[in-house]
Amino acid sequence: MSMIEIRIHGRGGQGNVVAANLLAMAAFAEGRYGQAFPNFGAERRGAPVVAFVRIADQPILRRCQVQHPTYVIIQDEALLHVPGVLDGVLPGGGILINSSRPADQFDAAAPVSLVTLPATALAREHLGRPVPNTALLAAFLTLTGLLPGQALIKVLGQKFRGEVLARNEALIAAAIQQVSANQWQQPEVNHA
Amino acid sequence: MLKALEGSQAIAETVALCRPQVVAAYPITPQTHIVENISKLVANGQLHCEFVSVESEFSAASVVLGAAAAGSRTYTATASQGLLLMTEVLYNIAGSRIPVVMTCANRAISAPLSIWNDQQDSMAVRDAGWIQLYCADNQEAVDTTIQAYRIAEQTELPVMVCMDGFTLTHTLEPIDIPDQALVDNYLPPYQFARRLDARQPISIGTLLSPDFYPEARHSHHQALLNAAERIIEADQEWQALSGRSCGGLLTVEGPDSATIGVLTLGSVIGTFREAVLEYPQAAAAKLLKLRSLRPFPIEALQQAVAGLQDLIVVERALSPGGGGIVGPEVRAALSELPNPPRVHNIAVGLGGRDIPLDLYPRLLRLAEAPQPLRFAVFDADCNKLAPEDR
Repeated sequence: MSMIEIRIHGRGGQGNVVAANLLAMAAFAEGRYGQAFPNFGAERRGAPVVAFVRIADQPILRRCQVQHPTYVIIQDEALLHVPGVLDGVLPGGGILINSSRPADQFDAAAPVSLVTLPATALAREHLGRPVPNTALLAAFLTLTGLLPGQALIKVLGQKFRGEVLARNEALIAAAIQQVSANQWQQPEVNHA
Repeated sequence: MLKALEGSQAIAETVALCRPQVVAAYPITPQTHIVENISKLVANGQLHCEFVSVESEFSAASVVLGAAAAGSRTYTATASQGLLLMTEVLYNIAGSRIPVVMTCANRAISAPLSIWNDQQDSMAVRDAGWIQLYCADNQEAVDTTIQAYRIAEQTELPVMVCMDGFTLTHTLEPIDIPDQALVDNYLPPYQFARRLDARQPISIGTLLSPDFYPEARHSHHQALLNAAERIIEADQEWQALSGRSCGGLLTVEGPDSATIGVLTLGSVIGTFREAVLEYPQAAAAKLLKLRSLRPFPIEALQQAVAGLQDLIVVERALSPGGGGIVGPEVRAALSELPNPPRVHNIAVGLGGRDIPLDLYPRLLRLAEAPQPLRFAVFDADCNKLAPEDR
């Protein structure tokens, strides 16, 4: 079956698990199958957290961790110093890093595309809180064309209403402006 | 309705559909989200029941014991150390033949401390006299929870619904939550004939002399054996209403011609099902999904291994100094057959160790060994250990 696998790295409190769940929920909202699950060491703020997402057109049965993601999202650039954070990314895949520095200041050490987004700054500006996950997801969906951006707003609408939802929509619109649409678009990996 | 839900959220919504009257629980990872969500449903007025926040799992089990004995439909959930702390009460619930339903969000046991998934916790209370049903995915956990009330109330035995912690409880995926009318149709209100009633006083849990104790134990054992039919019926009747089966006691899938079988409990079968497709060059094998550990389906197992030369029992716990827990039971059951398959027994994924797809072709190679593997922690890397510990 064709399936996309994504790994999200962040810290406890950055909305890592929420980001993974939102992606899987957005896939479901678009009529696809989504699976999201976390992996973390200690259950506390600031500790490194990994979350996995799979999106496919058929039911997803496997429950193993994602070892070879097509895409990696890094919510805190300081985590790049943690061994293994960039391991296993498939050639031709993409890495999206929350950073105010340009992408050429990072080395992926692999034939993958590297894009940065000042997601914390954008979140501060639009939400008044340094939570980078929504901006990163909006940029990610724009880069990949994996799901329409509207799908993210749809699932946020299940969680938020009124002014909070409006601020998130403004944040999404701003994040989309900062990346190139479909830069990462590619055929999904074929699994048997 | 099909929804994208975390397993725990789905279980909370399902428990509410079963209309429990008393819920008592103490939070423990990875069970926490289940009872958090139930308490929200109660606070929001969506579930009308007595929600008792207790100071320990011992009390949680005691509360549901008392409430169920008084005629209330009850629910509790726990995991790992919490289940161990309940142990004394678990025996009391079962021995008193009180129908209680509990979710065990399977987690490793301390020490070493681990919050992650294996099945050492429910295996540790295997002999408490509860029915134990293991769930392959979140849909089965939802459907089994509903079936569990029916089975418990028909058999007057408690049912433990075992779902892998994190691997199921914390995984968001599409899950169908049945309509209230469907559940109401399937699950009649709880009527407990022996309920505690001040107008017709009885005692439960009294001292029993040696004149009757062995008979009480015999009848408890017999009740669990007889429960096998009720488990099958409950699943068939649920399938007739919902269109979904959880596989009764035990299911077999795969090519008839396969001579290798792989027996699992819980959610690892999903990974193996995809591994079968990912590794077409691997030997053909049947997958045996053991849903009911108690009662242990000896006859179903004997029939399921017809044609097999090798059976690899994959479990998520062990008995240190003995070996596997399920494996020896399988060996004993199959030893009654004229030509039993060789039984290899391994534990994998202890304390949350990832079970990757490529573990499947590796474990199939056990069938090529001249001697069956008695027991091994298959994915342990002994190079990490001092030589004397290997």
